[in-house]
Amino acid sequence: MSGYSKEQLLARLQELNINFASYDHPAVLTVEAQAKYVGHLGGALSKNLFLKDKKHRFYVISALSGTNVDLKVLSQRLGLGKGGLRMAPEEALQEILQVSLGCVTPFALINESARSVSLLLDQGFKAHESCFFHPLSNEMTISVNTRDLDKFLISIGRNPAYVDLEATPLVGKDQPPDLASLVPSETPSLVGAPEKVVQNQAPDGNHAPAEKKGINKSKAAAKEKTTGSAKKFVAATDVGKLIDEIINKTCASVLIEVNKDSEDQSKVSLGHLLEKVSQKIGPDLESIAMSFKNAAYIEGFHAGLHSVIDRGIQGLSSPR
Amino acid sequence: MASEDGQKAGGAGGENEGAEEMVVNPWEVAVKGGGKIDYDKLIEKFGCQRLDSSLVRRVERLTSRPAHVFLRRGVFFAHRDLEEILDLYERGEKFYLYTGRGPSSEALHLGHLVPFMFTKYLQDAFKVPLVIQLTDDEKCMWKNLSVEECKRLARENAKDIIACGFDITKTFIFSDFDYVGGAFYENMVRVSKCVTFNKVVGIFGFTPEDHIGKISFPPVQAVPSFPSSFPHLFSGNDNLRCLIPCAIDQDPYFRMTRDVAPRIGYQKPALIESSFFPALQGETGKMSASDPNSAIYVTDSAKDIKNKVNRYAFSGGRDSIELHRKYGANLEVDIPIKYLGFFLEDDDELEHIKTEYGAGRMLTGEVKKRLIEVLSEMVERHCKARAAVTDEMVDAFMAVRPLPNMFS
Repeated sequence: MSGYSKEQLLARLQELNINFASYDHPAVLTVEAQAKYVGHLGGALSKNLFLKDKKHRFYVISALSGTNVDLKVLSQRLGLGKGGLRMAPEEALQEILQVSLGCVTPFALINESARSVSLLLDQGFKAHESCFFHPLSNEMTISVNTRDLDKFLISIGRNPAYVDLEATPLVGKDQPPDLASLVPSETPSLVGAPEKVVQNQAPDGNHAPAEKKGINKSKAAAKEKTTGSAKKFVAATDVGKLIDEIINKTCASVLIEVNKDSEDQSKVSLGHLLEKVSQKIGPDLESIAMSFKNAAYIEGFHAGLHSVIDRGIQGLSSPR
Repeated sequence: MASEDGQKAGGAGGENEGAEEMVVNPWEVAVKGGGKIDYDKLIEKFGCQRLDSSLVRRVERLTSRPAHVFLRRGVFFAHRDLEEILDLYERGEKFYLYTGRGPSSEALHLGHLVPFMFTKYLQDAFKVPLVIQLTDDEKCMWKNLSVEECKRLARENAKDIIACGFDITKTFIFSDFDYVGGAFYENMVRVSKCVTFNKVVGIFGFTPEDHIGKISFPPVQAVPSFPSSFPHLFSGNDNLRCLIPCAIDQDPYFRMTRDVAPRIGYQKPALIESSFFPALQGETGKMSASDPNSAIYVTDSAKDIKNKVNRYAFSGGRDSIELHRKYGANLEVDIPIKYLGFFLEDDDELEHIKTEYGAGRMLTGEVKKRLIEVLSEMVERHCKARAAVTDEMVDAFMAVRPLPNMFS
């Protein structure tokens, strides 16, 4: 799917009732150049970096132009070790963010191709009434406030993550990397905030949530290495993802056992082979399923809690 | 002071230090002269029972599933009143589980996970509820950490505990700082009234220089054994028995509890106790969370595990290949064999390795390689489960909420 155009983005912002001011200017490739045209208008200029780590995961860091961004520190805070972050190559800019040079912007995440890019926003943005970003073109700058930026991000299924980019917390054995949760997992992010989950509130309920849209993964994750970013309710209770994992693990294990068997001279019965498979993957599958069960319960628990609070606020008594 | 439990006079580190070669209490495990812990002597001294194979088979029959590897290999080797629990279970009655952790550091190692892995098995096999106590107040008092830090550590440790796979519909996790009060505190006072200062000094080895927080702490760890401490879970079920899986160094708390229980009209808790998980460098007592090379941590990468096992795991192999092939390995002191005893599920494979290694036909490198595989798989599984644990999940596990299906 080809990338969104500036016009499509602006139309989307209007649909979302987001107020923005827009300023046309000649193409600019740097913040300094941009400042010449819009710097006097009172909003906060942003500098936007498109980075990648050694495991080919991508990040957009969007900061106030005056914020000092130390890639070495950020790399450690993300749990990528020292020197784990570098500027992404130009091809990645085209392929993933689908914008041109000098045009990196949080709004690029509207593209499907950018679905697994992690976005870090400077918490300094919140102190300004409006901030300047490129709307997928470096011939224009739009100014939005952070509330509206959040609205946009949530509408594309993102959880806005504001970070103190200048902080330098200690990272070591007893101090885990504080931004580790912002490292992308393999899975694309899904649409919908937790509160919108449809639940069947049965009286003795511990039900899994109604089936959500399972997005097909582009690669079978037989060897999934999560890095602490699976903190979204929605990903944790995705039935499609669960089934994919179970099927992939089982198939992979069966293949391994069959291959082992065909190498061995002594042929074993299918029953024996399957028993070995179930022994091998049993504990892993149980662990995955228990995580799923617990995550589903948590959603129900919070939904129940909020429904009681809401009823209280409305002056109604608790449901029996 | 011979109590009903047959415990010999002398406690476990309190009186008569000179006559005791071993010190085993919740804050210290050591053998004078640096020898190995003699578990037979410990059972005798504490007055608990051996967990023999007939009991293991009975557990298998009652739960209709193979016994957990820790039971089969004698890791959990001692008990108090386990037979009574099995009797009542056979009659169709229920019980609940109680275990805990003192959250003194964020770095959890495999030794810390042992009681939790076993407790999860018990929860699944018997289909019973579980309460998990995080003694953040204890660590605040003993380790001189701030209250805030202990509360934070308790929550962090809760995440690793949850990652062991406990069922949220049957599990209540609580931290002392959050939960003490109400019915729980009422029981604490009832227990405190039954334990004299002299008694607690005798059991735990306190001195007049110890601050009063320490001296009054034991009831906090005692009262989760009583169902009335959890009115939101067990109200009306005052006779519900409690089974406590723990390491044997916690026995003093529960000796005290069992002594007090009948005097306040409560049931005695039953115990199922484990031996200590040996440090990587050998059997000198418990692992230490402050020496990173004494243990495999749940945060270790596959590379770390490989490195630690290869470099630091104490080997019973001989100094040269010739000697090794001639005499075989010393299985008594070999740490990789001991670790495989804990974590290698397949009994036949373990037997095979022990036979070959003991006869000198298998080399240390091969044993270590297998261990590295087993440990890496385990740690990876834990890591993955840990990554799925959110703060919201911790909040829910720790919420004071009813558990309507806790016995199903």
